[in-house]
Amino acid sequence: MQQFLDTTLGGLVLGAVYAAFALALCLIWRSTRIVNFAQAAMAMVTTYIALTLINADVPYWVAFVAAIAAGFGLGAVIERVIIRPVEGKAELNAVILTLGLFMVLHGLTAITFGVQHRGFPAPVSTNAIAVGDSSIGITPFGILTIVVVAVVMAGLVVLFRFTDLGLRMRAAAFNGEVSRLLGVRVGRMLTLGWALAAAVGAVAGMLIAGGDLVNPAFMDPFVIYGFIAAVLGGLDSPLGSVIGGLILGLSLSYVTGYIGEHLAPLVALGILMVVLLVRPSGLFAAAAARRV
Amino acid sequence: MERLRSLLRPVTSVPLARHLIVALVALLVVMAVIGMSSQYLQTRYAEMAYFAIAAGGLTLLTGLSGQLSLGHGALMAVGAYAATLVLERTGGESLADVFVALLVAIGVCAVVGVVVGVPAARLHGPYIAGATLTLAVAVPRLANQWDVLGGEQGLQVPVPRASELPAWIQDLIWFFTAVEIDQYSFLAYLGWLLLALTFVALANLSRSRVGRRWRAVRDDDVSAELAGIHLGRARVVAFTVSAMCAGLAGGLMAMNVRLTAPGAFTITLSLTLLAAVVLGGLGSLTGALIGAGVLAFLPHFATDLGESFGLSATQAAEVTPVVYGLVLMLVILLAPAGIVGSLRPFLARLSATSALGSTKEKTT
Repeated sequence: MQQFLDTTLGGLVLGAVYAAFALALCLIWRSTRIVNFAQAAMAMVTTYIALTLINADVPYWVAFVAAIAAGFGLGAVIERVIIRPVEGKAELNAVILTLGLFMVLHGLTAITFGVQHRGFPAPVSTNAIAVGDSSIGITPFGILTIVVVAVVMAGLVVLFRFTDLGLRMRAAAFNGEVSRLLGVRVGRMLTLGWALAAAVGAVAGMLIAGGDLVNPAFMDPFVIYGFIAAVLGGLDSPLGSVIGGLILGLSLSYVTGYIGEHLAPLVALGILMVVLLVRPSGLFAAAAARRV
Repeated sequence: MERLRSLLRPVTSVPLARHLIVALVALLVVMAVIGMSSQYLQTRYAEMAYFAIAAGGLTLLTGLSGQLSLGHGALMAVGAYAATLVLERTGGESLADVFVALLVAIGVCAVVGVVVGVPAARLHGPYIAGATLTLAVAVPRLANQWDVLGGEQGLQVPVPRASELPAWIQDLIWFFTAVEIDQYSFLAYLGWLLLALTFVALANLSRSRVGRRWRAVRDDDVSAELAGIHLGRARVVAFTVSAMCAGLAGGLMAMNVRLTAPGAFTITLSLTLLAAVVLGGLGSLTGALIGAGVLAFLPHFATDLGESFGLSATQAAEVTPVVYGLVLMLVILLAPAGIVGSLRPFLARLSATSALGSTKEKTT
C-alpha cells in the first residue's frame, strides 16, 4: 500500500510536468498545425541559461523568470525566422524542420556548455516529506511542481477565455483569412502562440531540472512523452493535454515502480498506439474529418 | 555510337539487366578503390556501405511510399542485436556464420517491420513521426532490461579473421585488386557487395508494379484506393522492405563496430539517417548513396574543424550533429528536393538535348 501511494504521488508530479509539456505542444498545434519536436530542446536551452545565471549567484526565482523570458524570446524568434516559411506547406516539411532544429539546439548547447552532468539547485527541499516516523513519496519540490503547473494552466485559461488578446489568438488559429479581414494581426498572433508555448516549455524544463542533474540530453525523453500526452488528450484540446499528461505520468510511474524502468518508453509507445488506433482524435477532442 | 546503342537496347531496356550491369561495374570500380585504400579509408567505406543500405530503405519508405520513419535507428539496433546473438552462438568463424547472422537480422527485422508497419500504415504526418520516434527511444532501452542483451556495456561481436576465409575468395580478391584481403578490407567488400545487391533489388522494386502502387499511394491515397489499391497492404509492404534494409545495415554495423551496445542507437542515429535521405533527395537511391557518404566522411572533418576552433574533443564531436541539423533545416527551407532532386531538371534538360540530337541524325 505504501509503495502504491508513493508511485501514485510520484506519477502525479511526473504527470504535471508532462501536462505542461503537452500544453506547450497543444498551443503550437492549435495556432499553426505543427507538432514542435524541438520543444524539449528549446526548454533545455532555457534551463541552461537559468543554470548559468544561478551559478553566477543570481537568486533562483530571478533565474526562473529569466528562463521564462528567454523561452518567450526564443519561441518568437524561431517562429518568425524558421517556421514561418513552412506554415501551411506539406506536414512532412514542418516535422523534418523541427527535428533539424532539435539537433542544432542540442549540439550547440553541448558545444557551449559541455556534455558533462551538472547539478541543478531546487528552491525548496527535494527530500521526501516525513509524516510521523515514516516518509511519503512526495517532496516539497514535487508539491511546488504541481502548484506551478496549475498556476500556468489557470493563467492560460484566463488568457484565452477572458481577454481580448486571447480571443484574437483563438480567432487567428481558427480561421486566419477571416481574422485578417477583421483586423487581427494573424502573423503576430502566431508568433505570440509560439512564444507562449516556449515559455510554458521553459517552466517545465525548470521543474524537471530542479534538484537533479542536467546535461544536454536530459530533456530527450520529454520529446516523446510530451507528444504522447498531447495526443492522448487530442492535440487540439488544452484540457485534454493536461489530463493526458496526468494519465501518462501515472501509467509510467506504475510501470517503473512495479515492472522495470527500462520498459517505460515501450509502454508509452503501446499507449500511443492504442490511442491512435482506437481513438485517433484523442480522448477529449471533438472528432474532425481530415480534408483530402 | 548509334549502332552501339541499338545493339545494347535489348539489354538496357530491361530494368533488371540495366540495374545489374550498373551495379556490377560500380562494384568492380569500388573494389579496386577499396583494395588500394588505407585501413582508415576502408573502415569509412564499410561504414558508408551500411549507412547506404539503411538510407536506401528509408528513402524508399519516405520518398516512394510517403511514410516518415524516425525509428530506423531502432530497427538497426534490432538487426545488430539479432546478428550479434547469432554470431555469439555460432562463434562467427566462417563466412557461412556471417551470412546466417545477416539473414537472421533481416528476418527478425521483417517481422518487426510488419508489427510496426501495420499500425503505422494508419498514421500520417506528425503522428507517424511521433510514434516512430518513440520506437527509436524505446527499443535500445530494452537492452538494459534483459541480461542476455548485455546491458549498457553491450555485447562483443565475433567476426571471422580474413585468413579463415575460403581460399577461392582470397584468390579472387587478390586477382582483382592485387592486395591480400584482411579484416578491414573484408568488411568493406562484404558491405559493398550487399549494398549492390540491395540497391539492385530496391531499384527493381521501385520500377515494378509494387513501386508504382507506392507512388500512387503517396501522391493521392484516395485516388489510389479508388483505383483498387489496398492502401494498408501497400504501406505495410513498404515498411517491411524498409525494415529489412535497416536490419541488414544493423547486422553489418555490428560487425564493423565489433560491439553492440544501446549507446550506439540514439535518437541522433535515426535523425542522422533522415538527414542523409533528405540531403540526397527523398526517393532517390543515388541520393541515399551520397547522403551515406556524407555520414561516413563528415564526422572526421567536422571534428577536426571544431578542434581547430579550440573546442575540446567531446565538444568537437557535437559539431557533426549540428551540421546534420542545419542540413535538415536548410534543405527543407531552400531546396526541398535535395541534391539529386534539385539537379534532376538540369540533368533532364541535358539528356533531352542529346535525344533531340540523335533524332535529327536519324532523319537526315
